[in-house]
Amino acid sequence: MTIALTPVLQEFVAHYNQWITIFLMVAGLYIVIAKDNMIKKLVGLSLFQTSVYLLYISPGKILGGTAPILDERFTVYSNPLPHVLILTAIVVGVATLALGLALVVRINEAFGTIEEDEIFERELGE
Amino acid sequence: MSAGELAVGTAAAVAHTRTLSEQLPALQVVIPLLGAVLCALVRKGTLAWALALAVTWVMPVIALALLWRVQASGPISYAMGGWAPPWGIEYRIDALSAFVLLLVSGVAAAMLPFARKSIASEIDGDKQSWFYTMFLLCLTGLLGITITGDAFNAFVFLEISSLSTYVMIALGSDRRALLAAYQYLIMGTIGATLYVIGIGFLYTLTGTLNLADIATRLATLGFSPPMLTALSFLIIGISLKLALFPLHVWLPGAYAYAPSFATAFLAATATKVAVYLLVRFLYSVFSLTTLSEPLPVFDLLLALSIAGMLGASIVAVFQDDVKRLLAYSSVAQIGYIMLGVSLANGPGLTGGLVHLANHAVTKAALFLAVGAAYYRLRTVQEMASMTSLKITDLAGLGRQMPWTLAVFTLGGLSIIGVPGTAGFISKWYLALGALEKGWWWVVVVIMASSLIAVVYIGRVIEIAWFREPAGPLREAGRPHPSMIFSMALFGFAIVFFGLDTSWTAKLAVSAANMLLGLGQ
Repeated sequence: MTIALTPVLQEFVAHYNQWITIFLMVAGLYIVIAKDNMIKKLVGLSLFQTSVYLLYISPGKILGGTAPILDERFTVYSNPLPHVLILTAIVVGVATLALGLALVVRINEAFGTIEEDEIFERELGE
Repeated sequence: MSAGELAVGTAAAVAHTRTLSEQLPALQVVIPLLGAVLCALVRKGTLAWALALAVTWVMPVIALALLWRVQASGPISYAMGGWAPPWGIEYRIDALSAFVLLLVSGVAAAMLPFARKSIASEIDGDKQSWFYTMFLLCLTGLLGITITGDAFNAFVFLEISSLSTYVMIALGSDRRALLAAYQYLIMGTIGATLYVIGIGFLYTLTGTLNLADIATRLATLGFSPPMLTALSFLIIGISLKLALFPLHVWLPGAYAYAPSFATAFLAATATKVAVYLLVRFLYSVFSLTTLSEPLPVFDLLLALSIAGMLGASIVAVFQDDVKRLLAYSSVAQIGYIMLGVSLANGPGLTGGLVHLANHAVTKAALFLAVGAAYYRLRTVQEMASMTSLKITDLAGLGRQMPWTLAVFTLGGLSIIGVPGTAGFISKWYLALGALEKGWWWVVVVIMASSLIAVVYIGRVIEIAWFREPAGPLREAGRPHPSMIFSMALFGFAIVFFGLDTSWTAKLAVSAANMLLGLGQ
């Protein structure tokens, strides 16, 4: 049994990877802006960065393509460059997250809280 | 030794020196990177400083050699690791990048003598070598962004410089430095991620990451919506890093709470390199014609820079903390630079680019002078726990530290744009650029912003020169000679670049002509 899809829906389903990218991007950015908890902000930031990984990786994939191996039997292969770029971007993302978390630990030691609104209230009160 | 052997020996020596000079583009980035690793291993503050000093003093020499070669024989292309561009990473030095390389390395070299005493007083002993490690990493990143011809490589260098900057800010003695560093980390990462999204669109559009290659392929593609998306992401991402007016909120906190030396270094170099990156994309990658039609990029940038020149200057007038005041002044001055970039004609772009250099030396002088005063005040017993410098703390500074305040005054005059100082040259070119477009009202805005600068600089200078010194300041001695040395260099640069424009303006003119395709 085949399910008949309207052209609009077909278009939507065919680009599902892009929709996931956009969802992750917007959700991540929303968390960074809307949350006061500093750890949650960093979670949002990581989501935002992760969306970029998908943005790069998915256009590099060719359906039915193999890994880029030099061999006569394989002629269609996926582009390896986006993978390499994103490996670098993941390292950058991990470093950023680690530094961010380290700062949050220090902020907790110095201020006794990691809620941004509480800290600002206290600092303005001084 | 026979004559033949001697000739062979000389030929080998010539071949050897030639290979070394061919490797200069790589050395410009690799030396500070290795220096950073060594600094991390040393663990002794003074030794790490000496190492950083040696590294940063080599940098301008390399930058000068590169500039000389660019002027003699045109742009240099260096294939990193021997992989030919556009597949491999290309380091590309033209009139603009040679200018920015010399600026960043020169400022760092002139500033580093100041660091030893200042850092030793503000950062605990065991953390000092980490500070110099971060400083050299930041320098690596900034020079890397400038020298690379690869869009993704620029992102990696951007993050190297940003991550080390967050650490430098967090090492400030006030606990609010941690907050400022965290805020900057969030904003900076959003900016860098937006940049990398923009690069992703360009890559899917053109299939290349080499900037020159992207430019040629975009020109054949013609206008398309993804191109516009890429451009928007790039502009907003880089504008976050360079603190263009409404995206500047991270800057005042970061500058106010970072260690004095870090503030001076960041104010003079970090935002300038971000401006360089934006100029590179606006002028070299996207051609002017595709820009102006579908999206009014330059009109938008013009509106934001004018808002920054006026808005941030007015906010600066109401600050009590000296470093925060200068930070808002920086936002306004970035407005001047971006005004020149958005005028997009010969004199205007020259004005923007020359203000990169002029503002760098001016703000370095101002922040170093404030850092020296802060350093001396903290040596007084009752002020030892102070973590920020109020304008009122400077009362009577002119009697206790006349040289420090003289440098501050010179910097202030340059911010205002008094003839004979570097700031005047920039404003002159900017006004010429505006008049060439027939926009006399822009000249009025430049004048208005300068008048507001008179108010906020005047406030500090009035208190510092004419009031009686308060108790603690009377006991504070003279700054260390190494600090005076750095400040004097920048004070001299302000006057020198204000009177003799054969260096700064000439380099800026040739860079602007190259970007606008006008020929040398």
